[in-house]
Amino acid sequence: MIRSHVLICSGENCTSSGSEKLISAMESEIVKKGLADEVKVIKAGCFDLCSSGPNMIIYPEGAFYSNVTVADISEIVEEHLIKGRVVKRLLHHDFTQEKTVSSLNEVPFYQKQLRIALRNCGVINPEDIDEYIAFDGYRALGKVLTEMKPEEVIDVVLRSGLRGRGGAGFPTGRKWQLARGNAADQKYVCCNADEGDPGAFMDRSVLEGDPHSVLEAMAIAGYAIGATQGYIYVRAEYPIAIKRLRIAIDQARDYNLLGKDIFGTGFEFDIELRLGSGAFVCGEETALMTSIEGHRGEPHPRPPFPAVKGLFGKPTILNNVETYANIAQIILKGPEWFSSIGTEKSKGTKVFALGGKINHTGLVEIPMGTTLREIIDDIGGGIPGGKKFKAAQTGGPSGGCIPPEHLDIKIDYDNLISIGSMMGSGGLIVMDEDNCMVDIARFFLDFTVDESCGKCVPCRIGTRRLLEILDKIISGNGEMKDLDRLDELCRYIKENSLCGLGQTAPNPVLSTLHYFRDEYLAHVVDKRCPAGVCKSLITYEIDPVKCTGCTLCARNCPTNAITGTVKNPHVIDKSKCIKCGVCQQKCRFSAVIKK
Amino acid sequence: MQKAQTTIPFKGTKEQEEKLKAVITQLRDEKGALMPILQHAQDIYGYLPMEVQEVISEEMDIPLEEVYGVVSFYTQFTLNPKGQYNIAVCLGTACYVKGSKEIFDAISDKLGIGPGGCTADGKFSFEACRCIGACGLAPVMMINDEVYGRLVKDDVGKILDRY
Repeated sequence: MIRSHVLICSGENCTSSGSEKLISAMESEIVKKGLADEVKVIKAGCFDLCSSGPNMIIYPEGAFYSNVTVADISEIVEEHLIKGRVVKRLLHHDFTQEKTVSSLNEVPFYQKQLRIALRNCGVINPEDIDEYIAFDGYRALGKVLTEMKPEEVIDVVLRSGLRGRGGAGFPTGRKWQLARGNAADQKYVCCNADEGDPGAFMDRSVLEGDPHSVLEAMAIAGYAIGATQGYIYVRAEYPIAIKRLRIAIDQARDYNLLGKDIFGTGFEFDIELRLGSGAFVCGEETALMTSIEGHRGEPHPRPPFPAVKGLFGKPTILNNVETYANIAQIILKGPEWFSSIGTEKSKGTKVFALGGKINHTGLVEIPMGTTLREIIDDIGGGIPGGKKFKAAQTGGPSGGCIPPEHLDIKIDYDNLISIGSMMGSGGLIVMDEDNCMVDIARFFLDFTVDESCGKCVPCRIGTRRLLEILDKIISGNGEMKDLDRLDELCRYIKENSLCGLGQTAPNPVLSTLHYFRDEYLAHVVDKRCPAGVCKSLITYEIDPVKCTGCTLCARNCPTNAITGTVKNPHVIDKSKCIKCGVCQQKCRFSAVIKK
Repeated sequence: MQKAQTTIPFKGTKEQEEKLKAVITQLRDEKGALMPILQHAQDIYGYLPMEVQEVISEEMDIPLEEVYGVVSFYTQFTLNPKGQYNIAVCLGTACYVKGSKEIFDAISDKLGIGPGGCTADGKFSFEACRCIGACGLAPVMMINDEVYGRLVKDDVGKILDRY
């Protein structure tokens, strides 16, 4: 009999930190100690607390071990699995409470969360369909096919208030209703798994940790709109997700949960995988479908909407991974349950990928209406190094930067738009006083210039002009009229671009210009970068009082810009200095000052 | 982004061409087969030189400019052969705010090549990449399939020396 389960995270972050080696080391150690019949090792999906990986949970105790290495394995087996004593030194250490926690439920990171889309991530083995089925998997599909009419399914999704989790927030049920209403010989169900926002990895986690939840929901959608074929468009950059999706599709076919005559009801549905090849614009629905058709992924004007004329010219629905991950739960627990969570116009939960200058990076799933402050301070454990919060960025290259005065805003689709940002797919990047907001705006513009497909002029040329103006400001040549030009050009691009990429591309500039105008003014008027990031605007100097003349900086300077004799204060020759910052890193007396 | 054509002569083998043709025969009748075929072709040859695009155009009966249009549109398709070890530094947001630009510059300095370049001995090629979804380990880079996380500038030399 199995008395203990060892769950080792095999999500992307932990795999990158070596969890594969942990899994094989644990398996061989267990065999060596003759525990193979008593202890089972499970390759689980993401536990979401990525910053402390590789992570491991041992049940029934629920002991949560962090930063585990192969060298720790024999001790864990000997102490925990044989003698039943928890290995205290490896228990997860919580920054917010300054203490170690013994079980998963005590980790504050999880306490304010409500996991619907991520319900199975880190709980089941994603490569085993039986485990998904044991957690009510495919029960919703069975219920839909045997007890409900397609119209009833759509009605349930409509009443739940579920809105698209890809960013724009269009009501999912309404989308399905439109596609159902259009008669055609073939219709398609598509899944957008082309998660392109830099810093967002929630869809990846669902695909890697619970792929069947997406397959099941797509089959339900197929029944609801009358489609027999589905496509998942997934980024080629996600090899683990692709592998697990392939396994999941094969297993579902073996169990006849995909294919012909599903549950003996005569309903037919199958899913094919298509890989993206690295084009951000393919996250836009019309561009994505053009790409599946095998062309350059360029968007086209709407109408006609995909519900009327989509993939291969047929009525099509396209939903994002996280949207699908909610569907089975809504069917099983009812629309009233789902709509009781969240705010008036945004129901349910949202997964955010917490990253940047924050203690706990990872995925968090919170009910809509949670404040940004709760996410950053209570769940994320605040900002490392005692630094001051400057801004939170949501919505990726389409979103904006939220300043400290809006930390208490309740997060939902409409509130975020009202403060110049947007929900986006769920990236949430925290920035502190060391990040320059002009530089951040430039960073996003650089991204959109690169990713603009070039089809429409406002986006192709407009974003490039924006980038040029920002470069001018960052290099110290900005003029006051540049700020007005930025503003005017941003509004023009927003109003005239063909697709969502261009229409939202100016948001990072507009929001930083609005909330952090003083930083732009410092760059333009005082020729100074307050955060000390923009190289053209900073200088390094040596404080003659603090300098002990140890010569360490002079010896490390790559351009020999530092002169001085032993035990006497050194001086930086600004004409030779390339501002690489090595002197400041090397100085043991904090004598090098960046201005 | 503009893609430069390679100047390195094409060294495809008969076996590679047979493999490619087998893939084309297998996928030809699927809807929208061009992208999957190009992905397979890149797996076979490591890159997509004009010679390979011509074979695909011929076999699929799709005009060469259309094939080239698709190849040049997507960043994953490359017209240049990669080095033995391909280094990709993530410049996604989470990595960027944690200083991945410094890592990027350090590698560029150390190898003496810019993004998209390949060292003269063909050992290292180097590029910037979009978010690889390992934001919890930011800043990160990948050398072939190996991910290196929580980097600081001083790590770069030590890691490259291992190859």
